[in-house]
Amino acid sequence: MKKNLCLIPLYVWSAVFIVFPLLIVLYYAFTRDASSGMSLSFESFSRLADPMYLGVILRSFKIAVIATLVCILCGYPAAYILARSNSRSKFIIVILMLLPMWMNFLLRTYSWLTLLEKSGLINSFLSLFGVDPIIFLGTEGAVVLGTVYNYLPFMIMPIYITLLKLDQSHLDAAADLGANPFQVFMKVTLPFSVPGVLSGVSMVFVPSVTTFVISQIMGSGNVTLIGDIIEKQYRVVNDWHFGSALSVVIMIIVLAFMYFINRGDVEANNGNGGRLLR
Amino acid sequence: MKKLIALILCAAMLLSLAACGDDRETIKVYNWGDYIAPGVIDKFEEETGIRVIYEMFETNEDMYTKIKNSNNAYDVLIPSDYMIERMIAENLLAEIDMANITNYDKIDAEYKNLSFDPENKYSVPYTWGTVGILYNKTMVNEAPTSWGALWDGQYKDNIIMMNSQRDAIGITLKYLGYSLNTLEAAELNAAKEKLIEQEPLVLAWVVDEVKDKMIGGEAALALVYAGDAVYCKGENPDLEYVIPSEGSNIFFDSMCIPANCENKAGAEKFIDFMCRPDIAAENAGYIGYSSPSKAARELMGEAGEDPTAYPDITKYDLEIFSSLGDKTKIYDELWTEIITVRGM
Repeated sequence: MKKNLCLIPLYVWSAVFIVFPLLIVLYYAFTRDASSGMSLSFESFSRLADPMYLGVILRSFKIAVIATLVCILCGYPAAYILARSNSRSKFIIVILMLLPMWMNFLLRTYSWLTLLEKSGLINSFLSLFGVDPIIFLGTEGAVVLGTVYNYLPFMIMPIYITLLKLDQSHLDAAADLGANPFQVFMKVTLPFSVPGVLSGVSMVFVPSVTTFVISQIMGSGNVTLIGDIIEKQYRVVNDWHFGSALSVVIMIIVLAFMYFINRGDVEANNGNGGRLLR
Repeated sequence: MKKLIALILCAAMLLSLAACGDDRETIKVYNWGDYIAPGVIDKFEEETGIRVIYEMFETNEDMYTKIKNSNNAYDVLIPSDYMIERMIAENLLAEIDMANITNYDKIDAEYKNLSFDPENKYSVPYTWGTVGILYNKTMVNEAPTSWGALWDGQYKDNIIMMNSQRDAIGITLKYLGYSLNTLEAAELNAAKEKLIEQEPLVLAWVVDEVKDKMIGGEAALALVYAGDAVYCKGENPDLEYVIPSEGSNIFFDSMCIPANCENKAGAEKFIDFMCRPDIAAENAGYIGYSSPSKAARELMGEAGEDPTAYPDITKYDLEIFSSLGDKTKIYDELWTEIITVRGM
């Protein structure tokens, strides 16, 4: 009885803020405005057949995949070094890493403009050497940079926490049995940290696919992602039906993606890794 | 079980707390962001004893969505021309009793009975403005006089466009010699092709950020509202504003009362207050957009004669946007195509 009571807030929260809104999105996706209220319709989905939207979806996934890969490449070594360092500096590094996260997301992203604009700090510095201004903003590269910058800590933390749990004795055992440091890493450390990488991937990839703020700021409005199109349906066009249909499609793709991630997670758990942050 | 009771009691307490509060007369005002001089609301509250709950929106469409889809009742709204036309058509606005707006006669006759509210029953003009090109004198070879400057290859990566579909498509239609309210498929398609052709030249598509970028010398040319141009010119004297010879858009932001308002008398008092010359001058002086009241302009000194904010509107072919009604779809699809092509 007591236990169930404690869970009530969770159920209420989930119902009100997760399940109910989802149902509304589904409702809008499968209906259309008709003269007599709403009617069942697949019109919103048939509009998606337009190759234009497919192009935007593909571009969104391309940018999210690249950003996620960059996050792994930068985040893994960072997490590794962090997990191996001695305790005093470790605390400072973790704080330094999390410090930007305490600042507003928009501010953080806007500050990149000061650096990257044609009249920004980097170009001003380069101009001292007679270099013509380089246009960084408004490209897919800039959007990837903004995404990596904002979501990198979400990659580092899960990997870091997994690596912390790695027992030194495992590494010693591997070394005693004749593995060189590279082999120790490949055969022990890396497989052990796979669950951390996977939860990092899902925490970086999912928001990256649907972002519209980053693409608007870093992309100077030149790089349209699927999030921009969805946002526009709600805020400008007032076509909630099409916006919902787009959201449903993205959700299905992301769900499929999460399914594969989770399967990988389960397989990794059958090995020796720990499960965290899901 | 005790815990459950405690929980219910807590909830009940919270609810009763929320219920009691200030019992002064209140009005709810819904205006654009940064679109009123600081202190004006305090002054209104002091003079009338009416408490103002002030909320802000970013686009007409945001405001419309909220009015249409929520039961949240506002008493004063300040939308733009085409949106007012649409809201009148959808019965979302209440008629204003002009007898209660004692300062209504301070509004110049040329800003009354405009196309979006021909009998002037639903709206009282707050500000107006034009759309034009803001350019940096040190970065252009010659002062632009045509929209063509925004399509000039020599300004590649030096052009900032407005990320707003009605404005961007509108000036393109003007450039091509069409009405900015056209619904002709051929003309709209021509505008679309033109905007796609322009794409490689454009440095950025923004709305509010244009001010920072132009002041900082980030680009040579930008499509802006005159009110923003006034602000930018004040911050960077190298900037100048021009309304191109092909003509442009003239817009009005007017005060309205929604049909489901809760305090119409209070709303009318507020509108009246905002029309008072000293208050109108304070607002126009702060936000930089043009005041429709001569009495207010006279109080503003030099700023009341600034040709950027107060051009001779008879010299240009200026059109007011009309509501597209259910034809908005055509624009939306056009615009989606344009923004999708960007950077591909």
